[in-house]
Amino acid sequence: MIRPDRGEKDGRSQSIVSTDTSLIPVESIGGHALTIIIAIMTFLVCLSGGGATLIADASRNWIDLVSKEITIQIKPRSNEDTDGIVKKIVDIAKRTPGVVGVHALSQLESEQSLEPWLGQGLDLSQLPVPRLIVVTIDGSHPPDLQTLRAALASTAPQASIDDRQLWVSRLNTLADIAVIIATGILILIIVAMSIAIGFATRGAMAGNHEIIAVLHFVGAADSFIAKQFQAHFTRLGGQGATMGGCAAAIFFLFPKLISIISLDLYKSERLAALVGNFTLGFFGYCFIAVVCLATATLTGLISRLIVLSYLDRVS
Amino acid sequence: MVRFENVGLRYGMGGEVLRDLNFSIAPQSFQFLTGPSGAGKTTLMRLMLLSLRPTRGAIQIFGEEASRLDKSKITSLRRRIGVVFQDFRLLNHLTTYENVALPLRVMGKREINYRSEVVELLRWVGLGERVNVLPEVLSGGEKQRAAIARALIVRPELLLADEPTGNVDPAMAWRLLRLFVELHKSGTAVVIATHDLTLMDQFAHVRRLVVGDGRLTVFDPEAI
Repeated sequence: MIRPDRGEKDGRSQSIVSTDTSLIPVESIGGHALTIIIAIMTFLVCLSGGGATLIADASRNWIDLVSKEITIQIKPRSNEDTDGIVKKIVDIAKRTPGVVGVHALSQLESEQSLEPWLGQGLDLSQLPVPRLIVVTIDGSHPPDLQTLRAALASTAPQASIDDRQLWVSRLNTLADIAVIIATGILILIIVAMSIAIGFATRGAMAGNHEIIAVLHFVGAADSFIAKQFQAHFTRLGGQGATMGGCAAAIFFLFPKLISIISLDLYKSERLAALVGNFTLGFFGYCFIAVVCLATATLTGLISRLIVLSYLDRVS
Repeated sequence: MVRFENVGLRYGMGGEVLRDLNFSIAPQSFQFLTGPSGAGKTTLMRLMLLSLRPTRGAIQIFGEEASRLDKSKITSLRRRIGVVFQDFRLLNHLTTYENVALPLRVMGKREINYRSEVVELLRWVGLGERVNVLPEVLSGGEKQRAAIARALIVRPELLLADEPTGNVDPAMAWRLLRLFVELHKSGTAVVIATHDLTLMDQFAHVRRLVVGDGRLTVFDPEAI
């Protein structure tokens, strides 16, 4: 038999092609299974990392939105001119440094804001529906809420300020939990992948122990033998990581593609308002590329360490 | 070059398979290592190749005390030793050329610097027309010559050949032996392990190291 890359059929060709042939036969290593495992693991890493990024981004957007506004709530009292009080509070708010906009919701708007909870078509005129004033604040120079509270207390004791700190704190916690869960998943996946690579490397060494012995006898250093395995496993890791990374990229492109295909921009905008843009940005795709590179490198390094450890033990 | 002093070897808690070995191999010398099958010839070769450590005694290889060698030193000493195995141990997925070039490749040499040297050696051992074939289509004699070429490509100071004529017909055995003699003349110390008395009788003047009952006896016709 002549090697397929060597030209003439009788093997008597004098031309010699460069000897970059792997010293570890490719077919002797159960590469397909490992490639698929690495592809799945890479996909899951990208998914958990990308998911955490999306949740963190969405919560940051929510926090930004929530932090830019405060709400002043005025509980109506009988025999009191609520509209007059609202007007006074609007004036106080407008004079407060750090406030960039004030919008007092009308009685009707205040009642409509309860519709998501109470339903439509109800007559709320007999109920003491609080009046709301939405105050937009300068995020970089926010107003002194203590001063504002004091001013409101002297003018209208029934008015209270909701600075939405409860929501901000809950959103921060949500983002932190998402990152912690993603990190935990990432660690578990790396451990599982390392174990799979370890099994594959040991299997490859067991299947090629004769070749390893010959390499030793012809003067190969352990580092040279380990390099052969490392190169092979880096290649396998690269193939698997590329497959997994591409699958993850398509997964994150999918919602965007669906919205483009369906042209339902209204729904897309509503979804974006709720969870942010459920697609990765440029850095998200950079993250996937980095994960692929890191996976390939890690695969090669783990196999190298296992080979070196094995050779050290058998010597 | 190689010196054994009171060397003994046992596997585990068993008895000594080799004991009280005292001999030396001089530079540019030629000797047969002989004895019945199972006497310990291959084991002795492995001791010389530093792939086994003796349980007692001292082995010196190229002036270095074997018991004090670390892995990197063992690797560098092995590069000064050529070894031919009875079962050839060619890598089946590499061509004849690639097999012969293997020791140079593991030393990190660039192919462009050794290509002509390898081809020339393959021609010298009669494999000039079999450069690009895989070992599975080589005959026994061709495989043995490829294995010998692989051992010679680094111009070793010491060549250890374990039953190099064990798998070939008498005519090919004679040809291979002539190869070793040529190599010896070029300055390499040669140790050929064989139990083929007929072959050895054709070189009656050659020194013999005879292993039997775990001990080694040296017969040197030129010393008599």
